[in-house]
Amino acid sequence: MTETSRTGRFKLRTSALRAYTMLLALVVIWLFFQWATIDQYHPYGLFLGAVNFSKLLQQMAVTGVLAVGMLMVIVCGNIDLSVGAVVGLAGGIAALTQGWGLVPSLAAAIFVGLLIGAVQGALVAYVNIPAFIVTLGGLEAWRGVILRLTKGATIPVELPFFRSLGRELIRPRIGLGLAIVGIAAIVWTNIRRKRARQRHGLTALSVGAIAARIAVPSLVIVAFIFLMNQGGGVPIPVIFLLAVAIAGAFLTANTTFGRYLYAIGGNPDAARLSGINLKRYILVAFCLMGALAGIASILHTARVGSASPDAGTLMELDAIASCVIGGTSLMGGRGTVFGAVLGALILASLDNGMSLLNVENWAQYVVKGGVLVAAVGFDMFGRRKS
Amino acid sequence: MKSITKTFPGVRALDGVNFDLRQGEIHALVALVGENGAGKSTLIKILAGVYPHPEYGGEILIDSLEKRFANVREAEQDGIAVIYQELSLVKELSVAENIFLGREPRRVGVINWETLYSRAQKLLSDLHLEIDPRTPLVNLGIGQQQLVEIAKALSQDARILVLDEPTAALTDAEVEILFGILNRLRSRGVAMIYISHKLDEVFRISDRITVLRDGRTIDTSAARETDESKVIAKMVGREVDQIFPEPHHDRGEVVFEVRNVIVEDPAVPGKLFVDRISFAARKGEVLGIAGLMGSGRTELLMAIFGAHPGRKSAEIYVDGRLVQIKQPADAIRQGIGFVTEDRKRYGLILDQTILRNMTLAGLRKLSGRFVTNEDAEAAAGERAAGDLRIKAASVFTIAGTLSGGNQQKVVLAKWLLTNPRVLFLDEPTRGIDVGAKQEIYAQINQLAEEGLTIILVSSELPEVLGLADRVIVLHEGRITGEFTRNEATPEAVMSCATGRERQAA
Repeated sequence: MTETSRTGRFKLRTSALRAYTMLLALVVIWLFFQWATIDQYHPYGLFLGAVNFSKLLQQMAVTGVLAVGMLMVIVCGNIDLSVGAVVGLAGGIAALTQGWGLVPSLAAAIFVGLLIGAVQGALVAYVNIPAFIVTLGGLEAWRGVILRLTKGATIPVELPFFRSLGRELIRPRIGLGLAIVGIAAIVWTNIRRKRARQRHGLTALSVGAIAARIAVPSLVIVAFIFLMNQGGGVPIPVIFLLAVAIAGAFLTANTTFGRYLYAIGGNPDAARLSGINLKRYILVAFCLMGALAGIASILHTARVGSASPDAGTLMELDAIASCVIGGTSLMGGRGTVFGAVLGALILASLDNGMSLLNVENWAQYVVKGGVLVAAVGFDMFGRRKS
Repeated sequence: MKSITKTFPGVRALDGVNFDLRQGEIHALVALVGENGAGKSTLIKILAGVYPHPEYGGEILIDSLEKRFANVREAEQDGIAVIYQELSLVKELSVAENIFLGREPRRVGVINWETLYSRAQKLLSDLHLEIDPRTPLVNLGIGQQQLVEIAKALSQDARILVLDEPTAALTDAEVEILFGILNRLRSRGVAMIYISHKLDEVFRISDRITVLRDGRTIDTSAARETDESKVIAKMVGREVDQIFPEPHHDRGEVVFEVRNVIVEDPAVPGKLFVDRISFAARKGEVLGIAGLMGSGRTELLMAIFGAHPGRKSAEIYVDGRLVQIKQPADAIRQGIGFVTEDRKRYGLILDQTILRNMTLAGLRKLSGRFVTNEDAEAAAGERAAGDLRIKAASVFTIAGTLSGGNQQKVVLAKWLLTNPRVLFLDEPTRGIDVGAKQEIYAQINQLAEEGLTIILVSSELPEVLGLADRVIVLHEGRITGEFTRNEATPEAVMSCATGRERQAA
């Protein structure tokens, strides 16, 4: 190793590069819709206004939560096609068990999701049935179970607090408080990191670099909270999504579990010979996906205000598309939670923006499909060149 | 074939090889397998048109006419058929469909099944094979599949049949059937090139024997006029390299012992890869395991490490204590490390960083039980990269972009970071350049001096002889000889590796 290599800096990896490209794409999409929604009532455009932006984020919350779970399943080389049906079933369970009270009914939804994840994960990991098959079967079977349980009827949400989970905003003051906690956490981790690097004899980051690492995310948080508070506060589903995304990012990037998931997806043989228990971690990934589908079902049911037998249909594909747009490889081993959430945000922005512009339904589908294929095509092109 | 040369980037694989074949003879090609092979596979691929004309030097003459094959098809049209170790059959199709794949008898584009099956039947009965041509290939054992492949070659009117290690996957009974067929083909005038390193078989079946070594023809002689010892001498040459530093390992007490390791081929029940092997190794000792390809070396290590599905039994003792190793994690916990053969497939995650690869096996020790500590990892990784002199921009370089030697060092670092007491090295220098080899040899000696027990498997004989304090030799899953450093001569080891038991000294 030469001296210059010990600075601790590293080149952008392909996945990170992809995330930055997608961030740029998101900005372009936002600016375009902002420009396109300028009219006499909105001289600066409607799209990024507090009210619409808040609505956009609420719309993406369900897909975003599912995308975080899907990312973990895909990174370890699997796929879950059943999450849409699980959202429907868990939502139905939550609605049916409202008589037990709020907490038991929400717990029931999450537990059902977890249980389904455990069953499917066990079939994949221990019985060696391909995940595609197991979860394709699940997609059909769980939808059937919903029909049996609800007898085909739509069940309204009656508990007022349950409904509020999907629609209410938290008070601006609490939002501000959360922002301060978030910024404090960022400052603290950076200081801790600096000390740790010294202790391990690694070159310290420059003051400028540390300042940037603190300033950039803090500014994003402040801007976000001010925008949301302008519209009355942060929507509760968005708080859920943020919590899930932060937990998911921590799990994948800062734990041995996450490291093993990437190893399993990157080279299962090497992972096995390095002493990793593949079956156990694949099972856990499916369990987490199931539990997150349970959480997503709560948000979805609360927002819609009822549990219908066809709730959640095709949500699995939105979740997969979010991961892929955000740089996840379907072959496993590559992808980030940040990218997956970014992918969900891009999809939601396209949905929302095109609705604002009254783009016809058929054209919306064509555009979304095109963006998915273009994102991957762009990635392939970039990789071949390098 | 005259003065055949072939170079790959940086390597001269074949250097003026001459080889001739007469009608109706079996000409065996024996060679020492080693790094980049001795050149037999390359030679065969040139003959088969895999490497087309201008990519090699020299000329191929058939019936005294020079042939320049542009592709495999052209070679086939001139009657050359190669049966590779890896069979090229479609498992889901029937025997007859496989034989005529791509050349099915047709009438206006529709397959004429009657003709297909009757012609297949005739071919099979010509070979005295009792196989129903309608049987799906999956229902046949590996041995019979191989015979089907021969039938396929003959259906293309092959005049020159090349068999690459045809008996590697066969049981003894199947070997007999194969030899019966080869003898019949010989009397029909088919010329055959028989590649093997099982010398007993070579002497039974072949008319002439050519030895290749380091890409050169060493000798061709009639089988009747030579014997196994002479062939072995030619295979190993006289040059045991001077490149190995004389090791001074302080051998301590026995720290690692295995008894009664039995491994079955999961695909062929009854066929044993490893047949009741026991051995022990001392602290600070380098124990070499020599043996040719297919002798069960890798399977032995995999089984001990808890990573072979065909393991039937294995008693493993660490410090004299019987330990249970059911999966690699158990082995690692007992202080065993395993630098596997084929680093791209089994060793590395190619699109992750050097650091991620280095810390994978010892992650919990290096980093944290659940929450990782990347700075602690980076510190350990940079130290290991420095110690092993891994040449890369930083530990954040993607492993797949490194040279073979540096990749191998990353795998070695991965296992050293688990702090092992026993280290398995399976072909640690395959496919890497001479400089990196030297560094790895030095590292092996140094580790042994520090008290690590090393089990070294290599098909490069000089490597085993140069590094090991003691050598055990495997042949077809059994130990056929054991030598101390001073007793181990290339001829003696090669003799055991080709199947002769060592007489008690």
